[in-house]
Amino acid sequence: MTKNGYNKPLHQFAVATALSTLALIALGGLVTSHGVGMSVPDWPTTYGYNMFLFPISKWVGGIFYEHTHRLLASVVGLLTIVQLVWIFLQEKRVWLKWYAVGSLVLVSMQGLLGGLRVVLSKDEIGVFHAIFAQLFFLMLCSVALFTSRKWMEIEEGKKPFAIESGVSGKAFWRWIFLGVTVLIFAQLIVGATMRHQHAGLAIPDFPLAYHKVWPDTDSASIAFYNSQRVELEDANPITAFQVRLQMAHRLMAFSILMLVSLCSWFSRKSFGSRHPLARISLIWLGLLFLQVILGAVTIWSNKAADIATGHVVVGALSLAVGELLTIIAFRALIPNPVSQTVSENREVAGVFSIPGKVGQVTGN
Amino acid sequence: MTNHNRFIIMGAMALGLQSALAGDITGTITLSGTAPEAQIIDQISSDPKCSTMHAEPVKTKFYVVDADKHLADVVVVVRGITGKSTGASAAPLVLDQKACLYTPYIAAVQTGQKIQIKNSDDLLHNVDVQPAADGNKPSMMNKAQMSGAADLVISFPAEENFLKFKCDVHPWMFSYVTVVDSPYFAVTGKDGSFKISGVPAGKYTVEALHRKAGKVAKEIEVKDGDTKLDFELQVPAK
Repeated sequence: MTKNGYNKPLHQFAVATALSTLALIALGGLVTSHGVGMSVPDWPTTYGYNMFLFPISKWVGGIFYEHTHRLLASVVGLLTIVQLVWIFLQEKRVWLKWYAVGSLVLVSMQGLLGGLRVVLSKDEIGVFHAIFAQLFFLMLCSVALFTSRKWMEIEEGKKPFAIESGVSGKAFWRWIFLGVTVLIFAQLIVGATMRHQHAGLAIPDFPLAYHKVWPDTDSASIAFYNSQRVELEDANPITAFQVRLQMAHRLMAFSILMLVSLCSWFSRKSFGSRHPLARISLIWLGLLFLQVILGAVTIWSNKAADIATGHVVVGALSLAVGELLTIIAFRALIPNPVSQTVSENREVAGVFSIPGKVGQVTGN
Repeated sequence: MTNHNRFIIMGAMALGLQSALAGDITGTITLSGTAPEAQIIDQISSDPKCSTMHAEPVKTKFYVVDADKHLADVVVVVRGITGKSTGASAAPLVLDQKACLYTPYIAAVQTGQKIQIKNSDDLLHNVDVQPAADGNKPSMMNKAQMSGAADLVISFPAEENFLKFKCDVHPWMFSYVTVVDSPYFAVTGKDGSFKISGVPAGKYTVEALHRKAGKVAKEIEVKDGDTKLDFELQVPAK
C-alpha cells in the first residue's frame, strides 16, 4: 500500500472480480440465448449431485451452459467475499466497507434469484435475475474505480482529471451523463424482458419491422406473424406487447446512440481530446456503435446465440462505462455557484481546481 | 293409464333411445394459403451425439401437408361434452424421446389419462412440462430422465390446448398434448383424416385446432351412423 492509501493488489483484485462478473454475465447470456435455463432441473444440486462434484462427462447439451454458469457464479460469490474481507482489513474508508457489504448482499440475492428461477420455473424471475446481474456488475466496476490510483489521488486532493478551461456552465453535463446512463439501464431492462419471455425474435427484420416503419399489432397481424414463424428451438408465440417492446427497444437504442454521440462531442470540445472524460466518452461511443451493430446482426442471424450474447455483454460494458463516466463527471464538473479564492477552492473542493483561474472551482 | 302418463312414458323412451344412439364423426382437414417452408434444424446436425442418430437432416414439422393439401397434426375435438372422461381407465399415451426428438409431435389425451414419457435414447434428457391451465399447474414438472431410467408418468385434471413437453438439454425437442374432458377427439394423420367414434347423438360444436394455423369450428348434429365433417384451415393471411 502506498502513502496515499492506494493498494495495488486490492485494486487488481477488484478489477479481476469485475471482469469475472462480466464473464458470468456472458455465460448467463449464453444460457438464455440457447434457451437452456431449465436444463438442470434441480438447485442447489445438479441432477442430485453436489454442484462441484457433478461429473464432467455429463456436461452435455444445454447442461454445459447452465452448469458452468452456476460454477462461475460460485467463483464470483467467493471473489466478492474475499474482496469484502480485504477491504475490511485494509481500507480506511468506512463508506467503501459498507459498499462492499452491499455487493455481497447483492450477489447473495442474485444467487437466490437464479435458484428460484429454476425451482419455481418462473420466467419473470429471470428478468430480475438479469437486472440484478447488471447492478452487481456496476457495483464491482465502481469498487475497482474507488480503489484505483487515480481515485486515491482524488481522495488525497490531487487533480488527475483537472480541466483546462472553466467549468462554469458545464456542470449540468454531469446530469446528462447520469441521465444517459439511466437510459441505458432502462434499455437493458427492456432487453432482459424481451429475452426472458423466451419468444424468440418478436420482429424478424431490421431496419424495417415486418416490412413497415411501424408494424401492425392488431390480433389478425399477430396471428399472421405467429403462423409464419418457424422456430428451430422451443419458443413461445409472440404477442402484440412483445412487438411493441422491441420497437421501444429500437427507438431507445437510437436515442441513446444520439445522446452518447452528443456527450462524446461535448467532452472533446470542452475538455480537449486528451482529457479522461473525452477519452472515456469516445470509448463509450465506440461501444454504442458496436452495440447497435450487434443488435442488428442478432436479428439478421435469427438470434444466433453467440451474437445475442455479445449484445448482452456489450450492453453491460456500455452501462458500466456510463457509470464510471458519471462518477468521474460528478467529481470533475463541479458547479461554480459563488466566487472564491483558489486557495479556498483547493481546500474545499480538494481536487478539481483550475490553475490560474480564480473563482472557477468550488467545493460541493 | 291416462293419456298424460302415456306421453310421459313415450317421452322418456324417446330420450333413452336418443341417448343410446351414437355415431361416428369422420372427415378430412385441408390447408389453404401458403405455409412457410420447413427448415432444417441445424442444432441437431451440430450436436455430436444426436447428429449420429439421423441419416438425413431433420426438418421442422409445423405444417405437415400432403400433395392434396391434407393437413396432419390437427386436433379435432367435440366440445360441449364434459365430465365424460374415461381417462382414468384409458390406456396411457406414450411420449417417446427417441433420436433426440419427441414422438409424437402432436397428441391428445383425456383428463386423468396417464401420459407415459419414455427415454429411448442413450442420452440424458430432462422432461419440462409447464401447464398454463390453473387446474393443471400443480402438475408442473421438470425432471431429469437418464438413459435407461424408468418412464415418467403424468396426467392432467383440466382441459388445455397444446400443453408443451420439452427438453431443455436439447432445446429443439418439444411436443404438444391437448387435454380434453371426454373421449371424443382425434388427431389427424398424414392424410389429414380423422375419426371420432361413439359420439352420443346430439348437436355439438366441433373444433379443429392446429398449433400454427389456428382454429375453426362447425356445428353438427350427430345421429346414428356416420356423420361426415370436413374442415378447411387457412394459413392466416395479411
